[in-house]
Amino acid sequence: MSKEKQVLSVPPSVQGVDRNLDTSLHPEAIDVRNLSFYYGDLQVLYDISLRVPERSVTALIGPSGCGKSTFLRTLNRMNDLIDGTRCTGECLVEGQNIMSPDVDVVLLRKHVGMVFQKSTPFPKSIFDNVAYGPRVAGERTRSVLNDLVESCLRKAALWDEVSDRLHTPAMALSGGQQQRLCIARTLATAPKIILMDEPASALDPASTDRIENLIGELCANYTIVIVTHNMQQASRVSHQTAFFFKGRLIEVGPTMKIFTSPTQKQTEDYITGRFG
Amino acid sequence: MTIHFVREMEELHRGILSMCSAVEELIHDSVDGFRAGREGLAQELSLRDQDIDALDIRISEDCLKILALYHPVANDLRRVAVVMRICAELERVADLAVSIAERSACISACGSFPMPERLGQMSREALSMLHDSIDSFVEQNAELARDVCQRDEIVDSLNRELIDEVVSAIKQNASLVESGLHLFSVIRHVERVADHATNIAEEVVYLVEGALVRHRHPAG
Repeated sequence: MSKEKQVLSVPPSVQGVDRNLDTSLHPEAIDVRNLSFYYGDLQVLYDISLRVPERSVTALIGPSGCGKSTFLRTLNRMNDLIDGTRCTGECLVEGQNIMSPDVDVVLLRKHVGMVFQKSTPFPKSIFDNVAYGPRVAGERTRSVLNDLVESCLRKAALWDEVSDRLHTPAMALSGGQQQRLCIARTLATAPKIILMDEPASALDPASTDRIENLIGELCANYTIVIVTHNMQQASRVSHQTAFFFKGRLIEVGPTMKIFTSPTQKQTEDYITGRFG
Repeated sequence: MTIHFVREMEELHRGILSMCSAVEELIHDSVDGFRAGREGLAQELSLRDQDIDALDIRISEDCLKILALYHPVANDLRRVAVVMRICAELERVADLAVSIAERSACISACGSFPMPERLGQMSREALSMLHDSIDSFVEQNAELARDVCQRDEIVDSLNRELIDEVVSAIKQNASLVESGLHLFSVIRHVERVADHATNIAEEVVYLVEGALVRHRHPAG
């Protein structure tokens, strides 16, 4: 064994986030322009403009009620499900304005998947959870579904733990496993963008660690936008961090820069715990 | 931000300020003692250096504790990182103060050496740089810190001239070799004090502006 390998405490398969990745060279997966959002008469997002580079992780941080989750949900129009909401501005996903009324929202959510704070497995088997999306899309071939389920469970770092019990209830999995199953289910619809709303906030440190490693691996092929209240998590997993406050985007920049020398005093005060 | 964190940071600040004043006093006493040819100074300074070493350890441990327990970011992170580095620079200045006193004793033991006139000027400039670098840290004054960095060239230039002078004196009178070598070391030590002051000032620029300005000196 080489000396270099002897000192590696992490298996080479666990890659984590590449901290030196220069995402400014990546084309944008999402380009939000002057986005404002209203719940009835109440404006909750003000003129947000944000560019999300392809195949990278963007963390949205800010105190409760600052609009970060609302912003995340506009990226696949989940807010459409709430009565009385409206939106102005543009949100370009791969060049197409998804705010346009003629956008097929089902197709959009296939391309822009979402993982929620609380894991939401269906009351079905592990296999059926992952195969659910492709089946709805019309896939019926058993061998194709088998391959797809295995591939997605492997990508979600869950295969080794469940390969011998694929047809047992998903609800019997631990909280961390359920969350990774939800990620596998999201991957099964072949999205290009994955939105994560505090995906590890209900998990223990070991499960959180697995989710964070998974994010680091997935971002090689997917664009990830994550909302987190955990400042260390944002600094560990993301390439770019955006700080929201009172519905406004105060500052966005490379994560290293935001966490060592932010330019805005409000950002500094928030991340150092002086308010929020 | 917890009250515990605020207290730890305040305690850290008090610790580094104590170290700053102790080191500044030590190097002043060393240089003054060298000029006056005071005997027995090295031993006294060596004892005081032990107190500074203990401060170095305590402050370093405090920094590591804060990093481990509170995961500071932004300005707080920069402050802890800068205190760690300044602490190391100050500890080396204290070692140099003792070394100067030791060399001073050796020169006295070897007999006299014609003291270069500009050694006083070089010492004053180096000590003034150290004082200003500490002031810039206390006041978080990046402008003063940049001024300190620029003055390093003055001391470097005096260092070269004084070394030439010592070499020339030794060439003319071989009996001065031993004391000349000790004086050579004193000059180098004073020059190193100015280097450490510059390093401290560079840390202050990082603390205030978040920009690392180390190794950005013009070539030549």
